[in-house]
Amino acid sequence: MPRILLDGQPVDLPAGALLAAALGCPPVACHGLAGAPRGPLCGMGQCFECRVTLDGREVLACLTPARDGMVVRRG
Amino acid sequence: MIADVLIIGGGVVGAACAAALAGAGARVTLAEAEGLGGGATGAAMGHLVALDGSPAELALCRLGLEGWRSLAPGLGPGLEWSGCGTLWLAADPEELALAEPRCRTFRAAGLEAEWLDAHAIRELEPCLAPHLAGGIRVPGDAVIYPPAAARLLAGRAQGLGARILTGTRVATLAAGGVILEDGGFVPAGQVLLAAGGASRALLPGLPLVGRKGHLAISTRRPGFLRHQLLELGYLKAAHGSEADSVAFNLQPRPNGQLLLGSSRQFGDDDPALRGPVLRRMLLRALAFVPGLAEVPLVRAWTGFRPTTPDHLPLIGPVPGRPGLFLACGHEGLGITTAPATAGLVAAAVLGLPAPVDPAPYLPARFPELAHA
Repeated sequence: MPRILLDGQPVDLPAGALLAAALGCPPVACHGLAGAPRGPLCGMGQCFECRVTLDGREVLACLTPARDGMVVRRG
Repeated sequence: MIADVLIIGGGVVGAACAAALAGAGARVTLAEAEGLGGGATGAAMGHLVALDGSPAELALCRLGLEGWRSLAPGLGPGLEWSGCGTLWLAADPEELALAEPRCRTFRAAGLEAEWLDAHAIRELEPCLAPHLAGGIRVPGDAVIYPPAAARLLAGRAQGLGARILTGTRVATLAAGGVILEDGGFVPAGQVLLAAGGASRALLPGLPLVGRKGHLAISTRRPGFLRHQLLELGYLKAAHGSEADSVAFNLQPRPNGQLLLGSSRQFGDDDPALRGPVLRRMLLRALAFVPGLAEVPLVRAWTGFRPTTPDHLPLIGPVPGRPGLFLACGHEGLGITTAPATAGLVAAAVLGLPAPVDPAPYLPARFPELAHA
């Protein structure tokens, strides 16, 4: 059961879950310039709407398996 | 005299011509087969750049840049105007030596241009690779968002009384007008064919081919880059006729995204992305801006530049076809030169003095059109 830190808050995820599963419902990964929330749309790495920052690097939440101790920030 | 002009094509060129003609008092109808600002306009980078491949090319670019500077304030923030200028980059001392005469050419044409050494370019853009030899800064170049430019210019034309029809495909040029796809006849005293590469379908024999290009855009990196970057070898690539070539071109979008070009391919009519071409383009970019390796790209797409054999556009009357005019074949400079094209078209259609010598752009320079 991986536990990640999302914007400073601990989130427990089932084993094998992707980071996208931690983003809430409706899921929010980042924000547009005008502040509109954006989140996973295609779920298969094509739309780039689920970008989050993981250890200082931008990754796609829908393609990144969650691992214990990951520090993730929403944009 | 009130001219009655039908414009075929709602890209940036057709829309600019509509605004100029309507502004000069002509009764204008613009027919766009799909939506405004699609085609080559929608695929384009939107770099307003002075290119000096020939005196005629530079004259048209210069007039286009002047035109955009006077149009931009009235078109509003949707144009996404950014006065970022261009930084031309020399990869080595040989290229830098060629930069000096280039700088003089720009200045002789009345454009501001500054020759810079290796230290100076890195001061301006710290992301540049350390081995680069120097370059030229052309501060008057700029960037806009092309599809918005087409929509805004069409809107301006509409405000001046023009009729703008989208989803209206012209099937055939006919005597005294055009026939639409649905069979309807639209009468017009004069017809302007401004449909880019699609113009060929209406006027077989037009010396136009599609020159395919790839572009890619990154996630937002505000502050990464301030100028549009171009390698000095770009002009050679743009004017060469090799089958496949790439040249480094990187643009800071106003929202912080980085727009990366460029590739040129003849003989590939399929819009599909070509992995090997995209790969060459990306590797070329890394040689100039190594830090790009850390910037995720979110999209890549292709487009087709409508290209003539001498790399100059077709602007003016078609010999032997009274009332038929062309404004197409701008290759990679359709956005930059749209206001200049519109000025030449308005002069040709309305019989006014031309803003620049029209001779180098006249369709009649091609024998296949002279005998059409």
